[in-house]
Amino acid sequence: MTAMRFRQAIVTALADEMRADSSVMIFGEDVAVAEGPFKTSEGLLQEFGPLRVRDTPISEMAFTGAAVGAAIMGMKPVVEIMFMEFLGVALDQLVTEAAKLRYLSNGTLSVPIVVRASCGSGLGFGSQHSQTLENWVAATPGLKVVHLSDAQSAYSLMRAAIQDPDPVMVLEPRILYGERGEVDTSLKMTIGQARMIRSGGAITIVSLGQMVNVCKSAIEKSGIDVELIDLATVVPWDRAAVLNSVKKTGRLVVVEESPESGGWGSEIVATVTAELFGSLKGAPFRITTPDVPVPYSGVLETRYVPTDDDIVRQLTHAIGTGEKPKTWWQLEGIKK
Amino acid sequence: MKTSLQRRQDIKTDKIAQYERMVEIREFEEQINALFAAGLVRGSTHLCQGQEALDVGIAAVLRPDDVVLATYRGHGVALALGLTPESVLGEIMGKTNGCCGGVGGSMHMCDMSVGLLPTSAIVGAGIPIAAGAALAFQVQGKDNVGVAVFGDGASNIGAFHEGLNLAAIWKLPVIFICDNNVYGEYSRINTTTPIEDLHTRAESYNMPHFSLDGMDIAAVEKGMTEAVNRARSGGGPTLIEAKTYRFAGHSRADQALYRPAGELEQWQKRDPLKVTEEGLVASGLLTPEKIEKIKSDMKVRMQEVIETCSAAPEPTLASMFENIWTPVKASK
Repeated sequence: MTAMRFRQAIVTALADEMRADSSVMIFGEDVAVAEGPFKTSEGLLQEFGPLRVRDTPISEMAFTGAAVGAAIMGMKPVVEIMFMEFLGVALDQLVTEAAKLRYLSNGTLSVPIVVRASCGSGLGFGSQHSQTLENWVAATPGLKVVHLSDAQSAYSLMRAAIQDPDPVMVLEPRILYGERGEVDTSLKMTIGQARMIRSGGAITIVSLGQMVNVCKSAIEKSGIDVELIDLATVVPWDRAAVLNSVKKTGRLVVVEESPESGGWGSEIVATVTAELFGSLKGAPFRITTPDVPVPYSGVLETRYVPTDDDIVRQLTHAIGTGEKPKTWWQLEGIKK
Repeated sequence: MKTSLQRRQDIKTDKIAQYERMVEIREFEEQINALFAAGLVRGSTHLCQGQEALDVGIAAVLRPDDVVLATYRGHGVALALGLTPESVLGEIMGKTNGCCGGVGGSMHMCDMSVGLLPTSAIVGAGIPIAAGAALAFQVQGKDNVGVAVFGDGASNIGAFHEGLNLAAIWKLPVIFICDNNVYGEYSRINTTTPIEDLHTRAESYNMPHFSLDGMDIAAVEKGMTEAVNRARSGGGPTLIEAKTYRFAGHSRADQALYRPAGELEQWQKRDPLKVTEEGLVASGLLTPEKIEKIKSDMKVRMQEVIETCSAAPEPTLASMFENIWTPVKASK
């Protein structure tokens, strides 16, 4: 085990894959000379040289598309989208090209690209630099979508994503880049496999990304015997792990850092409800952000994202009554 | 039946075979309308009559291990690169003998044995991908080239500008071919674009550029050879504007009633088939009688293709679930 920051776990994974496989290359805005705006490519240009580590113009569409073309012709490009929102201008290349080209080549092509993006709220970046947006890409067959939650998953899942033969979107919670964690570089993780963070019998929490830490804190404060699952992969999500857990606990709450409407958690709740309806002890529900853009003010942003206190309140209510708790904005009378 | 690769080699230097391929493309496209009327083709389709010299000229100069990104107006490029009429029509009819097994349709042709990456239904999308293929060749130290073929309308989409800029700064071995057929969907290019010579846009990217007569296969081969030689020898990308004309409407639904009177007829005087025939007769390679024979034989051949594809099996329901992800190998 080695102690390293989340961002160092990413660099280490990139470097280890580049050493293991000469077809792995990295490009994006300021990833080479400046070593990444979040220092997630520190030392890579120096070690691997300018052929494989490249700065691009501010042209997400061009470099994401270039990754697709290079991947088809035998490279394994990793591209960095500095803020997840910037994927908007490159979405065509990921959703309509990369995700479809194996299908449209009768299975003769693979597109092994990794699109990394920093995401999430909590740092005061405002509404255009703070969303998670995995929901943009989750409904696109052909893509895999991973969301990292700590240094270990950053290392192990990044390596798995690069080794994967298909397009993988990897979301990196920006707020975690500086966080330290223990990393076992020999530990392999599989895309599509959830992580059991804590076993428990009273209720199952499914979460991912930076919300996993918030859930841990809520569990500690509440004293409730929660089973906490880090879903880790949004597509394809680990149905077996979630269903087995809820079979045991009879209760489910999904904690999401994304708006109430149209979230990936709805998919989890719908599946669990349909599959385990008769054995549930209470209504499965979600704890999300409100349906608003991410606000800038520290006072507002802190409440925008689910807090540990609010999770404690909702867990306690759900276990006590078997009913879905109200959202904080309902309790405050702001919105029904 | 010949393979795609054999058909590709046929047209490498043989002028008569090149002409026959152009006749094949023309006859193929003419038959699509009839097949629509008969209810044998679904959705939409985008025909390329008038652009046969460009498609065949590109295919003649490139090697089969070069890669081409083309568009939804892609039947001609596919046939020129070597795909059999059966695999193209089979795909258009959604049959299992199609190049994509019937899940792609008219806008999605692919055959990696001759370097045709899946044609895209999104305007301009192939431009960055061709640059990326060229990036792979550059990193791998190979002398292959990437090619993007796109319409005049694509010169106004972001992918064109971003892709050309990226290719220029990285000196990628890629050739951008703007097939200026005068119309972007239903709009004449002069109503959507403030310049007439689209190739001059490459000036902004400090990229070599020129236009050529897309109705003349000799001119296409000459221009392509210059650009390909530059790319293979490390000289970077080129933007070529091929001046052509779209004899048909944008798609099946479009009768092209917006065309100024006489414009089509004016361009038809320089029909690429006619231009080629004149050259071949003048050089003594063909006679008018032989030309008629080629055309009548092609009509017969195309009817056989239609019969074969009509009789080909429909896809199984299970086939729609295939090829979403690559089968998982044991992890390292």
